[in-house]
Amino acid sequence: MRIRPVGTNALLLDCDGPDQVEAWRAELWRRRAAGELTAVEIVPAARTVLLDGVPDQARATALVAGWTPRPADADDAGWTPRPAVDAAAPADEVEVPVGYDGADLPAVAGHWGVDVPEVVARLTGTTFRVAFCGFAPGFAYLTGLPAEWAVPRLRTPRPRVPAGSVALAGPYAGIYPGASPGGWLLVGRTDLTLFDAYADPPARLTPGTRVRLVAG
Amino acid sequence: MTARPAAPPGDEPPGDEPSGDEPSGRIEVLRAGALTTVQDQGRPGWAHLGVPRSGALDPAALRLANRLAGNPEAAAGLEITLTGCTLRLTRAGTVAITGADVDVRVGDRPGDVGRPLAVPAGAVVRVGPARTGLRSWLAVAGGIAVAPVLGSRSTDTLSGLGPPPLRDGDTLPLGAPAGGPAPVDGTVNRPAPAELLLGLRPGPRDDWFTPAAFDLLYGTAYTVSAVSNRVGARLVGAPLPRAVAGELPSEGIVLGAVQVPADGQPLIFLADHPTTGGYPVIGVVDDVTGLAQARPGTTVRFHGPQR
Repeated sequence: MRIRPVGTNALLLDCDGPDQVEAWRAELWRRRAAGELTAVEIVPAARTVLLDGVPDQARATALVAGWTPRPADADDAGWTPRPAVDAAAPADEVEVPVGYDGADLPAVAGHWGVDVPEVVARLTGTTFRVAFCGFAPGFAYLTGLPAEWAVPRLRTPRPRVPAGSVALAGPYAGIYPGASPGGWLLVGRTDLTLFDAYADPPARLTPGTRVRLVAG
Repeated sequence: MTARPAAPPGDEPPGDEPSGDEPSGRIEVLRAGALTTVQDQGRPGWAHLGVPRSGALDPAALRLANRLAGNPEAAAGLEITLTGCTLRLTRAGTVAITGADVDVRVGDRPGDVGRPLAVPAGAVVRVGPARTGLRSWLAVAGGIAVAPVLGSRSTDTLSGLGPPPLRDGDTLPLGAPAGGPAPVDGTVNRPAPAELLLGLRPGPRDDWFTPAAFDLLYGTAYTVSAVSNRVGARLVGAPLPRAVAGELPSEGIVLGAVQVPADGQPLIFLADHPTTGGYPVIGVVDDVTGLAQARPGTTVRFHGPQR
């Protein structure tokens, strides 16, 4: 992990991979909840964790450099359970009921060299994790599919993808919280509300949450 | 719409509910203008869920307008763009306008930018088009009391959170006034220069660009493009050459980040910026508030942190 300064009051933790991102995300949320770190935003992404709104950039850099995060799946390995860190603490696991009728299921089957039922079997059999949110409020990038199952985006994005669309792009699965343009491959749809500004937490899928895309 | 939740403690301008002895007031929007939005100091703290910070493009100018109107600094006001707007207040109260150089009229009387203006009940407040600069902030005693969303009343033009931009005929609820206007205050005199000088710190992805890119960035003039908005100021000028080709995995974005898309033309992110982005950020601008007044065609020059 390498720490890069960003402007005058932010840091970017450049991580070696998604598991290290998740480990640092959890570590920094925990440290902030314990009062050991001041940051307005702690934002995980594909390979980085951003700390923004840091009052003393040099001090925060020194602090972070002295910490070692717990491994990402420490909970699974019999470590003490992740403590509730703040209002945005993830639920342990969310089951998302998905109607697997997406327009791009045959395309995904083609990329994977299998038939459509096998695509659904693979998706329902995978335990995903919310790696990070972005693109729109509550849009979660889900990891868990093997790297060799990565699929390309549509060459021409659709002008409108309906809310609740479950889709794949690159190594990620994602669910569109609201209708929007989109270039991901559509595999299904859910009626689950993914973002409600008046709920606590407002996003159903927060970073670190485990997710299963069950048929239903 | 779901019932409005309680705002976090300390986050709520007082007088959200009309008190017994204050008649509840409203703003009637007679002419919304090109783009008038409700703004406060934004909704920081939700970027990890993909929620932009939003808020006034010049937060200090809105805080000043609030002080002049006798409001807590966190109260919501209006951000008015270029062509002005016309409003009617249903109850008497203090109004203050900061930002661009505009004509103000309260009924038949002229009013000043940067001073408390006493507005009688039913009077029409006209904010004229900007002579120089681009944006004004208008505060009304009591603040604009639309329902907060995630602790803020700001319109987020990227994600659609908060109230929609004003339209002709809209009415907005006002809170109860908290107190009298500040008797004396420094006004923010922000001239809108034809050339804006911005301090920029390289990184976090300076290593994705050639040394020549920094010579161009620090040594040549860029122009604010007409497609700039609350999300970002798009610049036109010498394309910045990359040392590393390809796409960057999405990473977190800060206010003032200068992102360089495939065409090499820099984009400076403003309040409604997305929380993550996939183009490399060559550097971060120290203070973006000057861009709030930068009309299309304004020249922008960058200088390094050592200067």
